[in-house]
Amino acid sequence: MSDRTVELEILRYDPEKDEMPRFETYTVPYRDDWVVLDAINYVKAELDRTLSYRWSCHMAVCGSCGMVVNGEPVLACHAFLRDYPARIRIEPLANFPVERDLVVVIDDFIDKLGSVKPYVVAKEEKSVDEGEYIQTPGELARFKQYTACINCLLCYSACPQYALNESFVGPAALALAHRYNMDSRDVGRSAREDVVASNPGIWECSFVGACSEVCPKSVDPAAAIQQTKIASTADYFLNFLTPWKKT
Amino acid sequence: MSRRPYKREVSKGGWWLTQPRYIRYMAREFSCVLIGAYVLVLVTGLWRLSEGQAQYEAWLARVESPAGRLFAVVAMLFALYHTYTWFQVTPKAMPLAVNGKKVPGAVIVLGHWAGLAVASVLVWLLVVN
Repeated sequence: MSDRTVELEILRYDPEKDEMPRFETYTVPYRDDWVVLDAINYVKAELDRTLSYRWSCHMAVCGSCGMVVNGEPVLACHAFLRDYPARIRIEPLANFPVERDLVVVIDDFIDKLGSVKPYVVAKEEKSVDEGEYIQTPGELARFKQYTACINCLLCYSACPQYALNESFVGPAALALAHRYNMDSRDVGRSAREDVVASNPGIWECSFVGACSEVCPKSVDPAAAIQQTKIASTADYFLNFLTPWKKT
Repeated sequence: MSRRPYKREVSKGGWWLTQPRYIRYMAREFSCVLIGAYVLVLVTGLWRLSEGQAQYEAWLARVESPAGRLFAVVAMLFALYHTYTWFQVTPKAMPLAVNGKKVPGAVIVLGHWAGLAVASVLVWLLVVN
C-alpha cells in the first residue's frame, strides 16, 4: 500500500435509523492502479462493514457499480482515483430513490425496460431445427452500437428530463427499443410504438445529450432517440398522406 | 427490516446550474429567443416599410443606433452558437451510410457548414446586387 491517501465522502442512509441521507468521511490509502470501487471495497473490508453498494465484475461489463462521483455519474470500477482530487464525494445514482447508502431502487427502470419489448419479435417463430435467423454484417452494423448497453443507468442519472418528470421512459429503454426496431429480424416496431412514440416516450426528450456524454459503452442513447423521432414523424406524415394503409 | 426508500428532491428552477453541460444546453435553448427577437425586428422593418418612407427610415435609424448594433452583434453570436450546437449533433440525428459504409460525423458537420457558406454568399449577392 502506498503512502497516498484519499478522503472519501460517502453518502450514507440507513432507512431504520436515518431521517435523511448524510455524508460520512473515510480516509483510504491507495495505489496508483486503484479505481473508486477499490477504495469503496477497502472501506467495506477495513473501516465500516455496514456500507452497502452494488458491484460485481470490476471490469465495466455488469453495469452494477454506477454511482455519482464528484457530481458525475460513472461506473466506480471505471474511474481511477489518480484522476481525482484528494477528496472525493460519492453518492448513489441521481434520480432514483435511495434504498440504503449507495444502493438505489431501480424498479421504475425495470418496468420501463419491459414496456418497450427489448427482444426480437420475429415474424414467424422458427424451431431450432429450422436454423438461424440470418442477418448480414451490414444489417448488424445498423444497430450494433445500441446492443452494447449494460443497463448501468448512468444515463438516467445524467438526464434532467427524467429528473423533472419520472414518467419519461428514458434513454436506455428508448435506445434499446431503437436497437430492436433497427434489427432486420424484428417486426415489433408497431407493437413498441404506443410506449416509444408517446409523450412520455421520445417526445419528452429535449436532446440535452447528457446521456450520451456519460455512457461508458458509447451507446449514444441521445442519437437513438433523435433517430426514432425522425422515423416516427415520417410515419405520422405517411399515415396522413395514405390513410387507406394501416401501418 | 423495513423499506423506506429516500427520494432526493431535484431543484425545479436551479437544476441547470449544477453541471456545465446543462448550462451549455440551456444556452443552446436560450439562443432561439434572441434569434426570434431578431426576426421580430426584421418583420417590424417590413411593416414600417409598408407604412411609408418616413416610418421606414425611423426604424432604420433605430436599428443602426449603437444599441441596435449591439443587439445585432449579440443576436449574431447566439445565432452562431445555435448553429454550431445543432450542426454538431446532426450526425447523431441523421447518420448517413454510403454503400453500407458509415459517413464520418465530421464530414456531415462540414457539409452543413459548407451549405451555410454557400447560402450566405447567395443571399449576400442578392442583397448587394
